[in-house]
Amino acid sequence: MKLNVNGKGRMADVDPDMPLLWAIRDHLHLPGTKYGCGIAQCGACTVLVDGHAVRSCSMSVADAQGSQITRIEGLGGDHPLQVAWLKLQVAQCGYCQSGQIMQAAALLAANPKPTEEDIELAMAGNICRCGTYQRIKAAIKEAAGAV
Amino acid sequence: MKSRNGKAGPLSLTRRKLVLGGSLVGGALIIGYTAMNFGSVAAGALSIGAEQPAASPFGPFIRIDADGWVTVVNAFQEMGQGVHAGIAAIVAEELDADWGKIRVVAAPANTAVYKNGAMGMQVTAGSSAIAGAWHRLRTAGAAAREMFVQAAAQKWGVQAGTITVRNGMVIDTASKLQESFGSLLTLAAKQQAPAAPLLKSPDKFELVGSRRIGRKDGVSKVTGGPIYTQDVQLPGMLVAMVAHPPRFGAKMRDFDAAAARSIKGVVDVFAVPSGVAVVAQDTWSARKGRDALSVSWDEEAVEKRSSVELRQLFQQIGELKTNDSGRSYFSKGDPAKAFNEAEFQASYDFPYLAHAPMEPMNCVAQVDGRQVKLTVASQLQTIDQINTALAAITLPGSVQIETLPTGGSFGRRGLFSSDYIVECVRIARHVGGGKPVKLVWTREDDTISGFYRPMAHHRLWINRDADGLPAAWRHHTIAQSLLPIGPNSTEVEGIETSSYVTGCSVADCRVFTPTVGVPVGFWRSVGNSHTAMVLEHTIDQLAHMGGVDPAEYRRAIYRKAGDERRLAALELVCERAGWGHSMQDGWARGLAVHEAFGTVVAQVAEVAILDGRPRVRRVVCAVDCGIAVVPDQIAAQMEGGICFGLSAALCGKITLGDGGTPAQNNFDTYEVLRHPDAPVVETHIVPSRRDPSGVGEPGVPPIAPAVANALLVLTGEPTTSLPFVS
Repeated sequence: MKLNVNGKGRMADVDPDMPLLWAIRDHLHLPGTKYGCGIAQCGACTVLVDGHAVRSCSMSVADAQGSQITRIEGLGGDHPLQVAWLKLQVAQCGYCQSGQIMQAAALLAANPKPTEEDIELAMAGNICRCGTYQRIKAAIKEAAGAV
Repeated sequence: MKSRNGKAGPLSLTRRKLVLGGSLVGGALIIGYTAMNFGSVAAGALSIGAEQPAASPFGPFIRIDADGWVTVVNAFQEMGQGVHAGIAAIVAEELDADWGKIRVVAAPANTAVYKNGAMGMQVTAGSSAIAGAWHRLRTAGAAAREMFVQAAAQKWGVQAGTITVRNGMVIDTASKLQESFGSLLTLAAKQQAPAAPLLKSPDKFELVGSRRIGRKDGVSKVTGGPIYTQDVQLPGMLVAMVAHPPRFGAKMRDFDAAAARSIKGVVDVFAVPSGVAVVAQDTWSARKGRDALSVSWDEEAVEKRSSVELRQLFQQIGELKTNDSGRSYFSKGDPAKAFNEAEFQASYDFPYLAHAPMEPMNCVAQVDGRQVKLTVASQLQTIDQINTALAAITLPGSVQIETLPTGGSFGRRGLFSSDYIVECVRIARHVGGGKPVKLVWTREDDTISGFYRPMAHHRLWINRDADGLPAAWRHHTIAQSLLPIGPNSTEVEGIETSSYVTGCSVADCRVFTPTVGVPVGFWRSVGNSHTAMVLEHTIDQLAHMGGVDPAEYRRAIYRKAGDERRLAALELVCERAGWGHSMQDGWARGLAVHEAFGTVVAQVAEVAILDGRPRVRRVVCAVDCGIAVVPDQIAAQMEGGICFGLSAALCGKITLGDGGTPAQNNFDTYEVLRHPDAPVVETHIVPSRRDPSGVGEPGVPPIAPAVANALLVLTGEPTTSLPFVS
């Protein structure tokens, strides 16, 4: 299967029904996208597929073929969201944060100046068990000022 | 200990079990403690010329390299609580190191050196890391600093008294000579490590308590760095999944592996004591293989009772309607007459709760004959080593553990059974040859694996004195024991230390620990996760009975008991929350104050009922955790603890359906707090000169009663069971 991840064409020798998540993690060896629930309930595996936030645990490799897939590494490390995340010391255990940041990136791409309510709604599908929600919200606002 | 030219010198053992030493190992200065006769051990190990702190002769705590970088060896598990930042701050403070050139690495499993003082094991639990590390790491940092000062004095031919250290630079204030740690390294290693170096007075702290220091792991966590067990990739690694029984206590009777074996990528299928293991080339193949298995279970010993049945049983036990008279853990006065006509009676029910960390349980193990290597987010290395040794039929010393950070734990990885680790070791032993095996649990595996916060029932009878304060307190707590044998105090912690109870002239507190076939375990804040709700919600009901403001009612009790710390936290939270000021229609404030693990936390929650469920918009939190080491991380733990407690209070529950099957197995059914329900938390730290106490857990307990107390104002009805939304 041919996948376009972070702007590069990658071949993965996997069955077409394999979720994008496991192809990325186990076969492309890109572990930034996390496994959390496997049923699109927690958002830890969120990636951008043609700019839209998608739960990679619930999209097959076959369906992802031909699309532009952007993962956390694709943000480059100095994306305003990553800068804001660091500045506000958002992460605790950190496991959900790749997914949170990708979801936030999709939000800001579609809505550069989100209200509190916009943020809560857009982020409602991303669980953080450490409870970093208030810092996530503040970091998104901070980044929105910089985007 | 003294080291000359890389050879260990003689060591005079002091009466302290751990002896501080410093030496040059592989070009780096290592400061650490040894639990053994240092001379002989060190001589052998030094000749190896170990490059890694893990392989150095005596449990290192600090390593300083020629480039001036300071490495702090973290004996504790980093599970999100930011412990690495705290211990780095403690060392950097006493060493006067450059905060920008400090890094933290995980310690190897070595109980003798890295045991957590209070518990006698290498474990991260009980919010004890910073408290446990405080004196030891300050001493190590100060000793290293003194060695650099002595080295500089020797080199420059000046008095040590005029030498100071700032940001990793050793400076003679008289001659203005200065050199870095790096350039003084060799000479520093030749100095005698002082046994009792001079520690800074807290008012001289520059890093500890500063807002400018924070976590060191932020970059890897916002760039998707491969730091978790789930991310481990080793050459030739296989991935395993296990088919577990659907109910607690079932055993595998028989299985048909034919379909599973036919799945592409599946390497092997075999029985393990916990079920049937499928080993495959990758995670998805393992998953498909497991789905294709056909397993029949022996359900003879299954726990078949439902939550409803267990709750009825617990209630009967609480009313002394069974032959269980419990165990008295606190009594005072003559209870015979005091409760004949209790004017206040209440009962509270709490469900089982899963930890549900974002990273489900997993482990990487390699077993080669009697040698075992684990790469795993171990929270309880001492026990994990022993259990692994038993499973692999070897000795604990042959079990090497590389401790990784974990994607949350909340107690799940700190179990006496090491359940998922043992499962992985058995599979890796079957595979053999040192081949790495990664055990992956799905969210469903994790959620129905048990080791829950125990279901609990509390029954209270209380009478008041002429001033309306509690005078007689009878309290029955019914919950499974967290220890394998007998009753224990963890399920009633917080009760006998509460001045609400100790201030009474009569008290009769008992704990009942019925046997239920559901595995239970430590869950963030342990017994406090329900005792705080019982104590703090009860006290508000008593205040309302007497028509007294709940803050005033608490003040009266704390004053009578001389409980200055609770008083101070109460005053601070009331002031910052605007307690007593009017609120917008439909909103109310609720207050709770609780001490857990030596830390006092007071919270005021602003609550309304929107769409039929409690909505918490703001929580003001005052925390007394002694000297604040990293204030921003204390705030983070209060924010996180409140969300964790609120999640459980609002919607958290594992219920056993008819026949004992857990009714929740993933986030669609096991509901947790999400963004829209998360409150804004404001944290205020009570100034203190006491040694630090922990903050990982104490933020959790007060939020449920704070919300319940606000709901009491809004509805007039007490809360008698959690979660609020059922």
